[in-house]
Amino acid sequence: MGEKVLMKGNEAVAEAAIRAGCRLYFAYPITPQSELIEYMARMMPKVDGTFLQASSEVAAINMVYGAAGCGRRVMTSSSSPGISLKMEGISYLAGANLPSVIVNVQRGGPGLGDIQPAQGDYFQATKGGGHGDYRLIVLAPSSVQEFADSASDAFDLADKYRIPVMILADGLLGQMMEPVEFKPAKTEAELAELDKQHLDWAMYQNKPEPNHHHHEINSLEIDPHELEKHVLKLDQKYKLIQKNEVKHEEYNVNEDNEILCVAFGTASRIVKSAIDQLKKEGHNVGLVRPITVWPYPSEAVLNAVSKNVKKVVVFELNLGQMVEDVRLAVNGKVPVDFMGKVGGLVFTPEEVKTKIEENL
Amino acid sequence: METIATRPKSLTDLQFTYCPGCLHGVAHRLIAEVMDELDMRDNTMGVAPVGCSVFAYKFFNCDMAEAAHGRAPAVATGMKRARPSMHVFTYQGDGDLAAIGTAEIIHAANRGEKITRFFVNNAIYGMTGGQMAPTSLPGMKTSTSPYGRDTDDVGFPIKVSELMSALEAPYYIERVSLLTPQDIIKAKKAVRKALLFNKEGRGFSMVEFLSTCPTNWGLDAIESLEWAKENMLPYFPLGVYRDKSVEEA
Ligand SMILES: Cc1ncc(C[n+]2csc(CCOP(=O)(O)OP(=O)(O)O)c2C)c(N)n1
Ligand code: SF4
Repeated sequence: MGEKVLMKGNEAVAEAAIRAGCRLYFAYPITPQSELIEYMARMMPKVDGTFLQASSEVAAINMVYGAAGCGRRVMTSSSSPGISLKMEGISYLAGANLPSVIVNVQRGGPGLGDIQPAQGDYFQATKGGGHGDYRLIVLAPSSVQEFADSASDAFDLADKYRIPVMILADGLLGQMMEPVEFKPAKTEAELAELDKQHLDWAMYQNKPEPNHHHHEINSLEIDPHELEKHVLKLDQKYKLIQKNEVKHEEYNVNEDNEILCVAFGTASRIVKSAIDQLKKEGHNVGLVRPITVWPYPSEAVLNAVSKNVKKVVVFELNLGQMVEDVRLAVNGKVPVDFMGKVGGLVFTPEEVKTKIEENL
Repeated sequence: METIATRPKSLTDLQFTYCPGCLHGVAHRLIAEVMDELDMRDNTMGVAPVGCSVFAYKFFNCDMAEAAHGRAPAVATGMKRARPSMHVFTYQGDGDLAAIGTAEIIHAANRGEKITRFFVNNAIYGMTGGQMAPTSLPGMKTSTSPYGRDTDDVGFPIKVSELMSALEAPYYIERVSLLTPQDIIKAKKAVRKALLFNKEGRGFSMVEFLSTCPTNWGLDAIESLEWAKENMLPYFPLGVYRDKSVEEA
């Protein structure tokens, strides 16, 4: 393992993606993710990779579709308004079973909103966003280190399941600097292996037989019975992912918790500070932090509602989106309360602490 | 027995799904014949559009992607960048290319992506049942211009080859017609040039085919050829709009 370097989240995730074997990157500039596209512009040529500034996010995601269809590791990134534009392409990627990585460095919305950190795209990321029955694997890192690590995880998951994976970060994570330690870069031999892994279905020098054996990258099934089969097959994949890939972190979760908090990404960091403070004052508060927000760690949330927990309190930088998944998970066992902050503003540890105290 | 005509190996043995008299099949066949003649099939990948030719991904017998409506040039860009040694072509209708996909096509052309674009201009939206296209002619009646295309209201048909030739990067642009046997022979020459330039990695090439849509024009096959000759040819002049190979020679 290498030494620690101080880096912005946006740059760390870009560096980690390159190390993970991403050699194609297509994107359109938008704040607060511009350091990511700029890093790729500088570094991709140095590894003989492709960097291309597309004419829009629509074009970028469709370039991803083309490159992913050729079986190569490819990534795009944007921030909220740009991710909305990518939704058509994301639905096609999902429908065509294409591995790919999409980073959303979220900002305040709706509309043009502002350029401050927010978590308002949770619904869009985890419940669809594009059309049709599909799912993305959605990773929600909460530190620069985790943001970087999520890049290689995302590529591995994308390849394993042939699915688009979204890294759901936010402006704070993108902009802030923290020490980060990178995994070693893929060797030439490993890159060559990666390049071969999808040749059984991808477009590339496939020698078609006269009787129609070429490879097709496609999400169209005009026969309803065929489409039904296709969608049900996708669903089986999603069920497998729900079984195998759920990830969460527990912070001070124990049998004597009075309150259980649930928060993801940047919001969870603030909740942790509040929990530390409350601990000093003699209160026992736990936190479940989903790392995959789809598949959602419902079981972990429910299991963490131990006998003394009076209430679950959910903290998000939006008006209450993940809280719906928490309510489903807790299923009425105890009341679920919510505190949100919008406008691109971030609550302070004191505000979080006060909210928890109200519920003690 | 001597075989004088067979199905090109760059086409699958599936039956085309086009209406009788539709020229999409002719365009497919020309492209496939040239792919065979230039021995390109095994190193070629194509992109099908959304439109009547949506099933082109099944008809061409090389690796194929089916793109979202209008996005074929962006998908092809990703493919070419991912596998630069492969030859990439797209096949698009006028709604796909000149309406919803205008940004994608202009920027792919402007970057000089080393791909070939086949553009079928039938002045109407075929697949969705005959709505007005960006290339529908002035006064032309369609299901969404039932009183005729009013140029004061919705502007004039877009001349795509002319528009593309305003850009620096494209290597080869030609508009051909599929309306007479002689025209088809000339069209094949254009397809050959476009794919050869692609094979040689010279740059962005585009062939615009003037075509018909008997079904949605409400004409039979012969009438629609006549209608196109009378109405489309004057508005969309045939010819070479760019050929850098000539400039280079
Ligand atoms: C995003 C989106 N909008 C609209 C459609 C519906 N649609 C399918 S094909 C088509 C028009 C195709 O016309 P053209 O490109 O001229 O091809 P043709 O069918 O005439 O060959 C439209 C509007 C779609 N599939 N996707
Ligand atoms: S609707 Fe028109 S363009 Fe489509 S297949 Fe029929 S004739 Fe051809």
